[in-house]
Amino acid sequence: MKEYDKLIFEISKPGRKGYQLPADKYGVDGMSAIPAGLMRGEAPELPEVSELDVVRHYTNLSNKNFGVDTGFYPLGSCTMKYNPKINEELASLPAFAGLHPLQDVKSVQGALQLYYELQQALSSLAGLKEFTLNPYAGAHGELTGLMVMRQYHKLRGDDKRTKVIVPDTAHGTNPASAMVAGLEVVEVKSRPNGSIDIEDLKPLLDDTVAGIMMTNPNTLGMFETEIMEIASLVHEAGGLLYYDGANLNPMLGKVRPGDMGFDIMHINLHKTFSTPHGGGGPGSGPVGVSERLVDLLPTPRVVKLDDGSFDVVYNGDESLGSVSTFFGNFGVMMKAYAYILSLGRDNIKNVGPMATLNANYIKESLRDLYKLPVEGPCKHEFVFDGLADKSTGVTTLNVAKRLLDFGFHAPTIYFPLLFHESLMIEPTETESLETLDEFIDVMRKVAIEARENPELVKEAPVTTAISHPDETGAAKNPILSYKAMKA
Amino acid sequence: MSNRYIPHTDEDIRRMLDKIGVGSVDELYSDVPEEVLFRGEYDLPEGMSETELREYFTNLGKKNEQLTVFAGHGAYDHYSPSVIPHLLERSEFYTAYTPYQPEISQGTLQYIFEYQSMISELTGMESSNASMYDGATAAAESMFMMVASARKKNRVLVSSTLLESVRKVIATYMKFHGVELTELPEKEGETDFTAMAEELAKGDVAGVMVPSVNRYGIIENLEGVAEKVHGAKASLAIYCDPSALAVLKTPGEWGADIACGDGQTLGMPLQFGGPYLGFIACRKDMLRKMPGRVVGATTDRNGKRCYVLTLQAREQHIRRQKATSNICSNQSLMALYATIYVALMGPQGLRDVNRLSCDGAHYLYDRLIESGKFSKVYDKPFLKEFVVKTDLDTAAMAARLRRNGMMGGVEIAPGVLEFAVTEKRTKEQIDRLITVMLEEEK
Repeated sequence: MKEYDKLIFEISKPGRKGYQLPADKYGVDGMSAIPAGLMRGEAPELPEVSELDVVRHYTNLSNKNFGVDTGFYPLGSCTMKYNPKINEELASLPAFAGLHPLQDVKSVQGALQLYYELQQALSSLAGLKEFTLNPYAGAHGELTGLMVMRQYHKLRGDDKRTKVIVPDTAHGTNPASAMVAGLEVVEVKSRPNGSIDIEDLKPLLDDTVAGIMMTNPNTLGMFETEIMEIASLVHEAGGLLYYDGANLNPMLGKVRPGDMGFDIMHINLHKTFSTPHGGGGPGSGPVGVSERLVDLLPTPRVVKLDDGSFDVVYNGDESLGSVSTFFGNFGVMMKAYAYILSLGRDNIKNVGPMATLNANYIKESLRDLYKLPVEGPCKHEFVFDGLADKSTGVTTLNVAKRLLDFGFHAPTIYFPLLFHESLMIEPTETESLETLDEFIDVMRKVAIEARENPELVKEAPVTTAISHPDETGAAKNPILSYKAMKA
Repeated sequence: MSNRYIPHTDEDIRRMLDKIGVGSVDELYSDVPEEVLFRGEYDLPEGMSETELREYFTNLGKKNEQLTVFAGHGAYDHYSPSVIPHLLERSEFYTAYTPYQPEISQGTLQYIFEYQSMISELTGMESSNASMYDGATAAAESMFMMVASARKKNRVLVSSTLLESVRKVIATYMKFHGVELTELPEKEGETDFTAMAEELAKGDVAGVMVPSVNRYGIIENLEGVAEKVHGAKASLAIYCDPSALAVLKTPGEWGADIACGDGQTLGMPLQFGGPYLGFIACRKDMLRKMPGRVVGATTDRNGKRCYVLTLQAREQHIRRQKATSNICSNQSLMALYATIYVALMGPQGLRDVNRLSCDGAHYLYDRLIESGKFSKVYDKPFLKEFVVKTDLDTAAMAARLRRNGMMGGVEIAPGVLEFAVTEKRTKEQIDRLITVMLEEEK
């Protein structure tokens, strides 16, 4: 295929059009009523292209992308499972896509029912009392959940609880969300296996602690076996437990966060519930809470009335406030609900176990060539500390880039920070044994290449559209627009 | 075990367990304390076939009413070219992850670069990020940017003429983050800039946010505002509609430091409130305070032009609690939506969209006033949205409109209705709207 490298601005030609609008039939010149001083001086410099130009341009761009539909994505902590096609179709049904968010509730009963049923489904899957679907993404859910935590203490008049305990292995969003929510981050140390060091935790649990943020399994993919003890310690100290749902996938069918003592959690619908990552978003990050926290959830809330109809509640005395303009990413929720209904009560129980089986299979198939720092069964993901043979000089980054040459996406690299050469692999349950075997073969091949021809691996990738971009130069002299590029 | 989304046959499972060296899948959960293992049933229906699922959703859809919309107030029924959903359905776009691996993500990175270029051009600002969740969260994060840029000042001002839905989110964020928020009063439907000057004079203000087109649809006159704000060593953020900026004076021209808002007006479906598109653009000197992903142009080792995520030292995965924001995702696919929309419409198309919307809005406004049943609230310039007041029974009117398949204006105060007209509406639709609204009075 011919290589295509034009920007849409570079195929522009003055006078070309990619649109057709109806002719003006009002016989009114509305804009003449607007004073010139409120109008823009010069027209914006935007592309002028035909419809076919646009279609070819973006089709060409799509060919430069890798997605789940292109190939396997062993990206740790991202849960890159298959995105079912029927979900896309249903989310674009005109009976939903055309609804204005401020329509009379009587005219949107179907949308509200779907919204309510998804809230209920998530509550059942998580073992928590209620969910809000307002948050737009995982980090937004964390922020909302931490606001719930602060609101809880505030309403009890317990204003000194301003600290949140976060493990040193936590996802970067955890401490960042705490900062935005106005909480002070206190790190708790991990043991070498990544689990929370209870002896380190105990002295931190004073009356200034609002709660703890955890993910279970932790970021090494290992189950926190002492979770019940941690939960009772935190609760006894007056704190709340927040569950980071980024690692929820292996728990489906096996463990519910509410049953482990968690009071608040978020779910990444774009991870566990199959909605597409969209090249970075839109996601959706519903937040669930235990019974005592229900009234603190953000507004608007969708409720079911005694007569079986659905209503929207815009205010609440104890509510933390609003975190979204309207109801959240409704289109994403539709896809997640379609996925839950497709699997149903029984099949959904296989999601966690099969994700865990896949991860353990890869781990055991590669542990002779890659350094496995933590023994024992992992859950949905695991971490290698780079190649077992450290004498070659081949780094985790080199291995990751070499995988691109073989048609695989790279794993998550250099996270968690517990090891120097972290290489985090999460296969998800939607991948077949054959795909896993292909990936294992390539990983083994790369390990052997590293020993026999390390330069080859360090040069990688060599087959991709571009290779070794100058990222330092990009950050030193940021060129963020076409205009800046031309200048 | 196997179903259409989980490919494992019994034979596969056996082989994999053998390799792992355990006897059953349950053994992989042997480290989970017995007391937390879930043994119950989820409160969910049986799994549905594709046919059943489609029917279920279709039946839910029948409980909704698709109305001809004459309302805005933060969500607008603009025309969306057919091309866009077709291109968005290319799964190389929508099944991709955040473009951490530039070698196999040039498609995503390039369209974000084009998106940033378009947002910069529309807002008249130098730098745009790769998008935010929605307008309200973009506004809240813009407030944080202004506080971070100020030296030891922790108070921000927001005009009460900004949409209430946006102000509510700002209020939540400021309350928890510990930033003091003061609402500026309004004067005859616009921001009271005398009150702003008084607040600025106190010397503790980090930033001010005002709308370009406000909650009444009025295009605010922001002449001299930037000078006043900068004179008090504070920053100015303007909340704006990127579609309208094809014709209206830009935040850049008004002298703002930040432009933020919601990109839903760039042809995005109403979709019951989301997904939409938040955006933030700023002057170069505020770039390193900006939240979210940013894409920059660079070259690869063969000198080939390419695009990468850049300035990541601001972000949560590097800086953790010292990051500019906790945001991790963006609305990438909605940014692609906006990019394709702007590419198709071009400068002339965006102008035509505004012209047609504006003509329709003025046509409706004039007819309502002529009817004698509606009267002016303000006499100020507007583009596609305006408010009028009436003594008619608005609840009965709304019900009547709904029965006739229409959604009228949003009642923002008792008897005060806010109407929005886009280029999708026709003269016939507007005439019918008026007829139905006035029916009872015949």
